[in-house]
Amino acid sequence: MSFTTKDVVLKEDRPKSLLLQKHSDYLASYGLNKDDYEYCMTEYLRMSGIYWSLTAMELMDQSSRMPKEEIIEFIKSCQDSESGGISASINHDPHMLYTLSAVQVLAMYDRLDAIDVEGVVRFVASMQQEDGSFYGDKWGEVDTRFSFCAVMCLSLLHRMEDINVNKAVDFVLSCMNFDGGFGSKPGSESHAGLIYCCVGTLSICKRMDALHADELAWWLCERQLPSGGLNGRPEKLPDLCYSWWVMSSLSMLNRIHWVDKKSLEQFILACQDAETGGFSDRPGDITDPFHTLFGLAGLSLLGNTSIKAVNPTYCMPQETIDKLKLEPQILHI
Amino acid sequence: MSDCSDHDPNWVPYKERPEWNDVTPIPENDGPNPVVVIAHSEKFEDVYGYFRSVLQRNEKSKRALHLTKDAVELNPANYTVWQYRRDILKTLNTNLQSEFAYVESVIKQSPKNYQVWHHRRVLVEWLQDASLELELTKDALEQDPKNYHAWQHRQWVIKTFGLYSQEMEFVDILITEDVRNNSAWNQRYFVLNNHLGWSDLNVQKEICYTLEKIKFVKNNESAWNYLRGILLHDKRGLCGNAVVSSFCEDLYKNKCRSPYLLAFIIDMCDEAIKKDETNCLYNPERAIELCEALASKYDKIRTKYWNYLLERFRKCRGEQIINSNGLMDEIE
Repeated sequence: MSFTTKDVVLKEDRPKSLLLQKHSDYLASYGLNKDDYEYCMTEYLRMSGIYWSLTAMELMDQSSRMPKEEIIEFIKSCQDSESGGISASINHDPHMLYTLSAVQVLAMYDRLDAIDVEGVVRFVASMQQEDGSFYGDKWGEVDTRFSFCAVMCLSLLHRMEDINVNKAVDFVLSCMNFDGGFGSKPGSESHAGLIYCCVGTLSICKRMDALHADELAWWLCERQLPSGGLNGRPEKLPDLCYSWWVMSSLSMLNRIHWVDKKSLEQFILACQDAETGGFSDRPGDITDPFHTLFGLAGLSLLGNTSIKAVNPTYCMPQETIDKLKLEPQILHI
Repeated sequence: MSDCSDHDPNWVPYKERPEWNDVTPIPENDGPNPVVVIAHSEKFEDVYGYFRSVLQRNEKSKRALHLTKDAVELNPANYTVWQYRRDILKTLNTNLQSEFAYVESVIKQSPKNYQVWHHRRVLVEWLQDASLELELTKDALEQDPKNYHAWQHRQWVIKTFGLYSQEMEFVDILITEDVRNNSAWNQRYFVLNNHLGWSDLNVQKEICYTLEKIKFVKNNESAWNYLRGILLHDKRGLCGNAVVSSFCEDLYKNKCRSPYLLAFIIDMCDEAIKKDETNCLYNPERAIELCEALASKYDKIRTKYWNYLLERFRKCRGEQIINSNGLMDEIE
């Protein structure tokens, strides 16, 4: 039975303790490395890159190592004055994904005043469609990721009243599948990353009651493999980023204790690179800021006290969420 | 994704092309104090320098269209390049048939890229022509039967253009190739739900199909989930269907202890309790026994979950005893 399972085997010489200093050094120098091939490839998602790095640094209490004022200037110059949206880099087109990343970064810096907030609200609201769904940009791609971007962004700005929240919730619920999970659109296969987006949307809109909590949480727990790692769909390999997407969803459902925490922690720690610092998708692969954030955030949810508490809905430090007086819903069991 | 380094011996940089000497490339602008200094390969720098310039001049020309091709080749995930390419296609009124072939080639190289699939969808919408899409997605799914982008695109064209007629056969081929392909099971549900409908006959047919597949591989999460999904459309519920319950009991008697089988029987017990229709097969005691077996032996990694259910069943067993003693009113 188990021989057909797609999984990885953790090696004996894997990292077993948390290498915080290494990760901080890794992120501090990431992007300063002029010969970095990866770097030229990531211009189109730079804004999210900054969010991943800064949040990871915040969780390690090392954010002073990031160039704050320059980041804020960069964000300002990425806002499109016409649509109000924010792009990944200067002269790129505005998009929901990067608008959210920019707002998250400014919220952590307590500098939301740096951008034209009205513009952001206008942009996000203009992306909502008749059926409650959201476009990602003017080209009309619809996806539950963008619903989550919209409500997260507007709640951080305390401007939820500028969209039709009921319709936004209805659209997300129309993406619920027969297994209790969610996909990107009605009928699309359940996928842990998209489940996080949909559960997160319901958490912000305080409609967690609409979920089939036990059924969904069981599906999420089924993602855990013998190695301790989590996959995103049945019969797929484990990937560190699902530690976040599955665990944060389970946290919002108040059922995080249903996974085997010890073996998951071992898997996450094994995804560290002891030489370069940072986390990768699977043990032995190349590290990147995206997986580094989700590795640290996952460990925080598991209760590691050397990392600051992370909010499962927003994937930002809990202290930021408290400061903004936001109370995303967590289900009572 | 193609390499940034300059391998092609015939490559002529834009700055050396006479037809481009009227354009001054724009280097990447990182704002007043660059957050990060970006070092691109020479080729990347060259192409994107001209791309930025064309974008700023808002030049919509044949040569600009060609330039976006080079820019895409260097980074197919750059959504701004794709948007600009569409703007040019519109303005120039280009023959979109050749664009179809071009996108297909990019999809073949980068099958997991959001932008390129979206570009494809916009083209199909513009031309209202979906005649190539089933073949295109079939090819992509042959490479990776779980490619989420390909499935999304396929569902969209099927729904938009009503192309359901051959889909069950296609799904059947995929499930036959890999009975654990969750995407294919999901597509099966999609066709039933949006096209064939949940008539009693269809539900029974699907149940038989699924049970055959479970007989073949018992430890298959996807098939068991699908079985639950179709039984949502059977008025008799999980345990009212004699074919399903005798199938499960046979497996159990034959010593099958797949966690999915045990979990399914637990759900049958749960339903019987909720409907107040417990019997010698489906009752709290059996559910408790199965939860214990899963927690301690067959699915240890999810011990906490099974213990949670166990507690729930213990509670309702307690209530049942109270009920049968007629003490409910007094307790309340």
